[in-house]
Amino acid sequence: MSEDATTMGKPVFSPFNIAAGVILLVGGVLTILRFTFGFDAVTNLSDYNPWGIWISFDLLCGVALAAGGFVTSAAVYLFGMKQYRVAVRPAILTGFLGYALVVIALHYDVGRPWRLPYPFLVRQGTTSLLFEVAACVALYLTVLFIEFSPAALEWLGLKRARSIVVKLTLLLTILGVVLSTLHQSSLGALFLLAPSKLHPLWYTPYLPIYFFVTAVIAGLSMVIFESTMAHRFFFHKMDEAHLAEKDVLPLGFGKAAAFVLAGYFIVKVIGISTGNNWHYLATGYGIWYLVELLGFVALPAFLYAVGVRDKNITLIRWTAAWSVLGIIVNRFNVCLVAFNWHLPTSERYFPHWMEIGISVFIVTLGVLIYRFIVTRMPVLYEHPDYDAH
Amino acid sequence: MSLSRRKFLGWIGAAGMTAVAGRKASAATTHHFEGYPDSIAVLHDTTLCIGCRRCEGACNAVNALPAPEKPFTDLTVLEKDRRTTSKTYTVVNQKSGAGNGKVFVKKQCNHCLEPACASACFVKAFKKTKEGAVTYDQSVCVGCRYCMIACPFEIPTYEYDNPFSPQVMKCTMCHPRVVEGKLPGCVESCPTEALVFGKRDDLLKIARQRIARRSDTYVDHIYGEREMGGTSWLYLSSVPFESIGMRMDLGITPAPELTAGALGAVPMVVGLWPILLTGIYAMNKRKEKIAAEEKAQAVASTLADAEEKAVARLDEVMEKAKQEKTQAIEKAIKEALEAEAKARAEAESTTDQESDVTDDSEKDA
Repeated sequence: MSEDATTMGKPVFSPFNIAAGVILLVGGVLTILRFTFGFDAVTNLSDYNPWGIWISFDLLCGVALAAGGFVTSAAVYLFGMKQYRVAVRPAILTGFLGYALVVIALHYDVGRPWRLPYPFLVRQGTTSLLFEVAACVALYLTVLFIEFSPAALEWLGLKRARSIVVKLTLLLTILGVVLSTLHQSSLGALFLLAPSKLHPLWYTPYLPIYFFVTAVIAGLSMVIFESTMAHRFFFHKMDEAHLAEKDVLPLGFGKAAAFVLAGYFIVKVIGISTGNNWHYLATGYGIWYLVELLGFVALPAFLYAVGVRDKNITLIRWTAAWSVLGIIVNRFNVCLVAFNWHLPTSERYFPHWMEIGISVFIVTLGVLIYRFIVTRMPVLYEHPDYDAH
Repeated sequence: MSLSRRKFLGWIGAAGMTAVAGRKASAATTHHFEGYPDSIAVLHDTTLCIGCRRCEGACNAVNALPAPEKPFTDLTVLEKDRRTTSKTYTVVNQKSGAGNGKVFVKKQCNHCLEPACASACFVKAFKKTKEGAVTYDQSVCVGCRYCMIACPFEIPTYEYDNPFSPQVMKCTMCHPRVVEGKLPGCVESCPTEALVFGKRDDLLKIARQRIARRSDTYVDHIYGEREMGGTSWLYLSSVPFESIGMRMDLGITPAPELTAGALGAVPMVVGLWPILLTGIYAMNKRKEKIAAEEKAQAVASTLADAEEKAVARLDEVMEKAKQEKTQAIEKAIKEALEAEAKARAEAESTTDQESDVTDDSEKDA
């Protein structure tokens, strides 16, 4: 496969490239501001609101939306759904990039990023759920790196190394599921420590379970969403098998997502019942909760089901995008909207545009790295020298 | 002293367990931490506070914090509610009391017996000392600010304006001074004994006595005795605590217990998930294997069937061919015989004629 096939045909100054260039430029300036003048220069963080969108979006959403890697590899290698085999590599790639970006974003968010290895190397705060999150994210990033490495090794022509890594597939997949279960749920469990700050509708002992289940929904939906994007923008990079998968994947993953969303809806209602929080539903926060529950859980569950029944791929794709938005809404609710609900409006947080700028910068970085990789390495096609199995 | 083998093994086992685990991981026991014995505390009797802000000034001086915009003698700052900041470990707020009266309440770290911040910290930067203070070690702090999320009293603050070495800032209960045998700065400066320093157990007794002696004045509650599992700052008030900005809905569960369940699930997932997943994998593998075997079998039996049929058909055809051949031969023989018979018959008749002729000729002759 020739790697210039895409780059040669398109002008360097395409609208996308210009926009990306501007974002990178602005992001670079913001980065300098952040690390030379501190948080106050670029964020609206305060003593009441120590976590802003760099946590709610970059960390919480980033990790959830990168769940496609473990969901897809588990489906194919553990649950034996071989028909989605070609979806594994792109999912692992976006998972790996997602986690890598989370770690990059954390460098902006923590006060002294050069100390990020401290929890492992200097002093282990094992009573903290954040320690578990940190340990699992670090390990899982490594697992994803190894899982993705065959594509890079094929690109580099290192056959021996590749064959060794491929033999580890099953082990890595199981490790990936274990680590994902732990840290996806622990991200929710972080908030168990703050029952007095999080609105009772969102605060429940089931938070870790909710976070894990929504991560599966996010993973399934993101794989559909990413595959839609890839088929639109990188179809010329795909081989027969990948092109053929175009409709198979949304049907299968959409069906799974419909079921998981339905299950999630049930346990959400159980959560309200066990907390006996029905009376909050009549308040402003309650209405917003219902918007999340009905609009972003029940509705996509229904739409996925209809889409699968009618084999309506377009509907499934739009539902996937809607579900992804729903996960973002959920994470923002837990971390920002329903958090500190007891405080007066004047003490509440709204992100500074520069915080948003950094987040956009990091996402753009991810898209560019994704493009760099899929236009070069065998991700959307199988390398002719290797048989995947 | 005799030492039984069983006892010895028990000791070794216990030593090993505590060496590995350090402490009991499970919080779901009847165990209840009442604080370190003889640990110190401060009793803040808000009925005695006059809002002079001397404690604020002393705190600022003792901890070498930056000078405020308005001097500590300026009491107009009391008009607005304030909270702790990275430059102020403690603030006094003015609240409306009974009638037209005013109540002043001091705010600073409450030094929980089982601190949420310490439970939250992933580098153990916070420590509940045996003396009573919750101290912070900036040398390991990464700056994740989870402690600020965790603190139910909203006390820890962060140096957001410091780009290179930001720290969490909070009251230290003047731990270095206390270890030297001195009083905390605020307590030392208080002119009205609204702040009393002493052993927590003693202060609880004093507080109970005050409530009992002047039950008309005090609300029957010692704030901090049990809130979030108990704190090393205790409060008395003449008005409901909610009305002076102290939350009564925090509960009495110590913070570590809130996450104990989630943390306890970790080893279970680590232990069971690989077994479950390997099992699922194995089941699918087996299913695939059986399917493959069945397929092979089906193919083989189909092939065998087909072959059998083919053989039968061949036999049939052969048989038919044979029959046809026999028939053909028979037919040929028959035809040949017939032809011969005919020929013979013809020959005979010719002979007859000939003999007739001969006879005739003989006759002629």
